[in-house]
Amino acid sequence: MSTDTKMAMAAPSDVGGDWTRRIGRSLEAVVIPLIAVLIAAALFSIFLLMLGKSPIQFFALLWQGGFGTAFSWQNTLTRAAPLIFTALCVAVPARLGMVIIGGEGALVLGGFCAAAIAIPFIGWGSPFLVMPLMLIAAALAGAVWIGFVGVLRHYRGVNETIASLLLYYIAVAIMNFFVEGALRDPANPNKPSTKTIGDSLMVGDIPGIGVHWGLAVGVGLAVALWVLMNRTKFGFAARITGGNVRAARAQGLPVGRLIVTSCAIAGASAGLAGYFEVAAIQGKANASIAAGYGFTGILVAFLAKQNPLAIIPVSIFLGGIAAAGGLIQRRMGMPDATVSVLMGLMFVVLLVSDTLQGKLGLTGKAGGR
Amino acid sequence: MNESGLSVVLLAMFAGAIRVSTPFLFVSLGECLTEKSGRINLGLEGTLVFGAMTGYAISYTTGSPWLGVLAAGLAGSLFGAIHGYICKLPKVNDIAIGIALMLFGTGLAFFLGKPFIQPKAPRLPSLQLGWWSDNPSVQSALQINPLFFVGVALAFLLWWAFRNTKWGLIVRMTGDSAPAALAMGYSVNWVRFIATTIGGFSAGVGGAFLSLYYPGAWNEGLSSGQGLMAVALVIFARWNPLACFGAALLFGAAGALGPALQSVGITQGYYFFNAAPYMLTLLIMIVSTSPKRSLKGAPAELSITK
Amino acid sequence: MSQFIINRRRLLQGGAALSAMGVAGTLPFRSALAADGLTIGIVYVGPRDDFGWNQAHAVAAEALKSVPGVTVVEEENVPETDAVSKTMESMIQLDGAKLIFATSFGYYSPFMVDLAKKYPDVQFRHAAPLWNKDKDPTNAGSYFGYLDQGHYINGVAGGLSTKSNKIGFVAAKPISSVLSNINSVMLGAKKTNPNATVQVIFTGEWSLPVREAEATNALVDAGCDVITCHVDSPKVVIQTAESRGVKTLGHNASQAPLAPKGFITGAEYKWITIYSQYADTLSKGGTLPNFLTGGYDLDFVQNTPYGAGATPEAIKAADAAKADLKAKKAYYVGPLKDNTGKEVIAAGTEHAPYDPWIDQINFLAEGVVGSIT
Repeated sequence: MSTDTKMAMAAPSDVGGDWTRRIGRSLEAVVIPLIAVLIAAALFSIFLLMLGKSPIQFFALLWQGGFGTAFSWQNTLTRAAPLIFTALCVAVPARLGMVIIGGEGALVLGGFCAAAIAIPFIGWGSPFLVMPLMLIAAALAGAVWIGFVGVLRHYRGVNETIASLLLYYIAVAIMNFFVEGALRDPANPNKPSTKTIGDSLMVGDIPGIGVHWGLAVGVGLAVALWVLMNRTKFGFAARITGGNVRAARAQGLPVGRLIVTSCAIAGASAGLAGYFEVAAIQGKANASIAAGYGFTGILVAFLAKQNPLAIIPVSIFLGGIAAAGGLIQRRMGMPDATVSVLMGLMFVVLLVSDTLQGKLGLTGKAGGR
Repeated sequence: MNESGLSVVLLAMFAGAIRVSTPFLFVSLGECLTEKSGRINLGLEGTLVFGAMTGYAISYTTGSPWLGVLAAGLAGSLFGAIHGYICKLPKVNDIAIGIALMLFGTGLAFFLGKPFIQPKAPRLPSLQLGWWSDNPSVQSALQINPLFFVGVALAFLLWWAFRNTKWGLIVRMTGDSAPAALAMGYSVNWVRFIATTIGGFSAGVGGAFLSLYYPGAWNEGLSSGQGLMAVALVIFARWNPLACFGAALLFGAAGALGPALQSVGITQGYYFFNAAPYMLTLLIMIVSTSPKRSLKGAPAELSITK
Repeated sequence: MSQFIINRRRLLQGGAALSAMGVAGTLPFRSALAADGLTIGIVYVGPRDDFGWNQAHAVAAEALKSVPGVTVVEEENVPETDAVSKTMESMIQLDGAKLIFATSFGYYSPFMVDLAKKYPDVQFRHAAPLWNKDKDPTNAGSYFGYLDQGHYINGVAGGLSTKSNKIGFVAAKPISSVLSNINSVMLGAKKTNPNATVQVIFTGEWSLPVREAEATNALVDAGCDVITCHVDSPKVVIQTAESRGVKTLGHNASQAPLAPKGFITGAEYKWITIYSQYADTLSKGGTLPNFLTGGYDLDFVQNTPYGAGATPEAIKAADAAKADLKAKKAYYVGPLKDNTGKEVIAAGTEHAPYDPWIDQINFLAEGVVGSIT
C-alpha cells in the first residue's frame, strides 16, 4: 500500500521513450476517468430513482447550470478560480510526499494581510504601487504560514498534516481578532470587516468573459509550477526527495531547503487566493473569505494526481458542478447536500479507477506490475 | 481573577474535559487501530457526522438512544469497510479515498438527515456521580455519560491488547512491515480491512455521542471538524491509545477554557482563548518532538509519516 | 389568555390580506392576477431547517408560494462570497426571476447592490435595514423586523425571573444586531429588577453547537439562573439550560417545546407579516416598498407564548411592556452609560424604535458583564 501511495503522490517521472506506450498512457488518462464518471453517474441515477427523482432531468440541469450557457460558463469559471490556487497549495508539497491540508489558513491570512496593508493607502495611494504591495503581502503571508509548516516538519519533526490543520484554526482566530478589534471598520457595524479598499484598488474582470483576473493568474501559476516541478532541477530534486528522503540525502540534496521552499511556494499560492477574494470579490477582509476553498482544493489536488496542469480542468469540472448545484436545488427541490453526495460518489469511483491504470490493454502491455 | 473565579474556571475545564473529550476519544481510538495496521483513514469526519445523524434518527424512530448508538457504530463500520475494501486495490491512495469518503459521508448525512433536524429524539442518560457534593456545579460536572467510561476502558483495552495479545501483534506487524506479516502467513489486506472497519465503528459511536448526549441535537453544524481533529490527535498521541485518551482530555479541557474565562469576566481576546486547544496542541508538538524522535511509535507502513 | 386575544385581533386586522392569498385556506382568490408568471428567487445562507434564522424566513416565505401565478425558487447554504452573486444571477438568467429576496446580512454589499445596478428591471429585497435612498439603486430595498424589541420583553420577564440577579447570554459575534439584543435584555431586566446584570459569552461563530453548550454550562456555573442567546440555532442553548434546571428565554423562533419546565418566553420574528404584505402587493400588481421595517407596532416581531417558567408577575410586567412597545414608546432613554462608564445617551434624550442609531449600536449597556473585543 505504502509504495502505491508514494507512487501516486510522487508521480513517477516519465522516462518511457516508447511513443506507443506514451499515447496509450495518455489515452488511458482520458478513458479511465471517463468510464469512472459514467459509473458514478449510473450509481447516482439509481440513488435518484430510489428517491423518485428523474436522473435525466438531473443531468440535463447539471449540464445547463454548469456548462450549457455563456452565463453558466462564467459562473463555473468564477468558482474554479480560487480552487486552482488552493489545489496548488496541496499539489506542490505533495511532490515531496507531504500532505498539507491547511491551505485555508494561508488563504485567510493572505487575504487579511492584503486588506490590512492597504488600509493606510485607501483613498490616495496609487493603485500601481498599492496593488502590487497587496499582492506581495498576501503571497508573503501565505508563504510564511505554510513555510513555517515546512520548517516545523524538517527541523522539529512535527507532522505537516496536523500542523497545517492546527494553523488553520489559529489563522482564523488571528483574522477575527483584528477584524473584530483593532482593524474593524466602524462604518460596518453589522459585519465586522476591515476598511473597504475602494474601487481603485479592486481587481477587475478579464475583458470579454466577465471573470476576475484571478482565473488568468491561477492558470498562469499552474503552468509555471508545472514547469518548475517537471522541467527544472528544483522539481527533479523535489521528486527524488518525495520518492525517498534517504536517497535524496545520500545524493547530497538540500532536503530541508527543498521542503521549506516547496511549502512556501504552496502557501504563497493559497495566499494569492486570499488576495483575489479580497481584491476581486469582497473589497475587504472579513470572516466570509474563509469560504472553504482551501478544503475543496485538497480534493482537486488529489483528483488531479497532484499534477499542476491537471488541476486546471479538475477545478473547472468542480466549479461547474458547484455552479449547477444551485440550479438543481431550485428546479428539483432537492437539498444543497445533493451535490456533495454526487461529488463524493464521483470522487470515490474516480479514485478507485486508478487501480485500472495499465490494465486496459492500451499501453500495449497489460497489467504492467 | 479572584479565587472563586479560578475555581470556576478549573471546574469548567474539568467538566469540559469529560463532556467534550468523548467524541475525540472514540474517533482517535478507532483511527489509532486503523493506523497501527498501516493505513490512514482521513475520512472519519464523514463517518462521525454520518454516525451522529444515524444515531439521532434511530433513537427518534425507535425511542431507544442505545439502539441509536449501535446503529451509528454499524453505519460507521460500513464506511470503514468501504474504505478498507477500496484501499486494498492496487494503486489506490488511502488518503485521497479518505478525503472523498469524508465528503460523501457528510453529504449523505446532510441529505438523509433533513427530516431529523426538527424532531426531538430521546437522549442518552448520564450517571449521577456527584451525589456526595451539595454544589450544583460539581454535581453537574459529575453527570457523566456511560460512553465516556466505555471509551476509557477501550483505551486501556487497546493499549493492553497491542502489547499482550496475538491480535495486537498481528496488527502491529502489518503496520510495521507488510512483507513480514505476509511471510508469517497473514493477509495484510484482511487485517487492515478489519482494523479500518472496527475503527469506523468507533468513530460512528463518537458521532452518536455528539447528537445523543452532548450537545445532544442533530443539525448540519454539529461537528466543527472534531473527526478531522481526532485523526490529528492520533499522530499527536504517537499511536498510543492511552496517550489518545490524554490528548482527548487535554483538548476537551482547553476547549472549555474560552467560555469559562468569559464567564468569570475575562472577556478580552476570546478568539485566542477559543483557539486555545489548537495552539496548545501545536505548542506541545513543537516542544515535544524532534526530527529523530518523531517517528517513534509510528507504524512504518503509514504513508503520512514518511 | 391575553395572548390569544391579541392574536385574534391581529388576525382580524391582517385578515383581508391573509385570506385573499389563501394562507387561511378558505377563500378562493378571484381578482385578475397582475403577478401572473412572476418568478421569485430566495437565497438563504444556511440550511432552511436550522431551527433559527433561515427557517424563520423559509416558513414565512411559504406565503409567497400561495399567490397564484407566482413561482418561488429557493437556494440554501449560499455563502456570503461571489457565490451569492452568481446564485442570484443564475436565478435571473436561468430561472427568469424578477424578484430576489436575499436573506443574509452579508449579501447586501457589494453583491446585491452591484447586481441591482446590473439588472435594473429586477427587484431586489434584503433582510436588514441597510438600503440607503441616497446612494443605493431604486430597484433594491430592505425589510426587517426589530427583534431587539422582543428581547426587551425577554429582559422585562427575565428580570423578575432571576433569583441570583444574573441573566446569562450566549452570543455569536459582537455585531450591532447582537449587541442591541443584549442591551435590550439588560434594559428590560433593569426596568423590573434594578439589581439585574447580564453576563455575556461570545462564541465567535454563528453555529458551533459544542461551544454553545459549553458556554451555557459556564454561565450556569457562574451563577446565572436565566439563560438566553443570539446564535443561529438556539436549540442547543435552550436544551442545555433546561437540563441544568435553569429558566430560559428564546430567540428567533419558538423553543418552548424544548424547555417544558423553564421556558419563560422568547423573541420571535414574524416575517409572515412582511411576506404576506409583499404577496398582497404583488397580487394587486403594485410595486414593493423600498424600505419596510417595523417591530411590535407593525406586528413584525412577537414573543413566544409564556411557558411554565413564567411567573404571574413576569407575565404582567411583560404584557405591560408589550403595550408600551405597540405605542412606539422608546426604551433607549438617557441617561445611559455603557459598561465601561462612558455616557452613550445623555439625560433628557431618547432613541425611539427604528431610530437608525439602534442599527449602529456598538457598546454594551451598563450592567452587562462582557466586552466587545
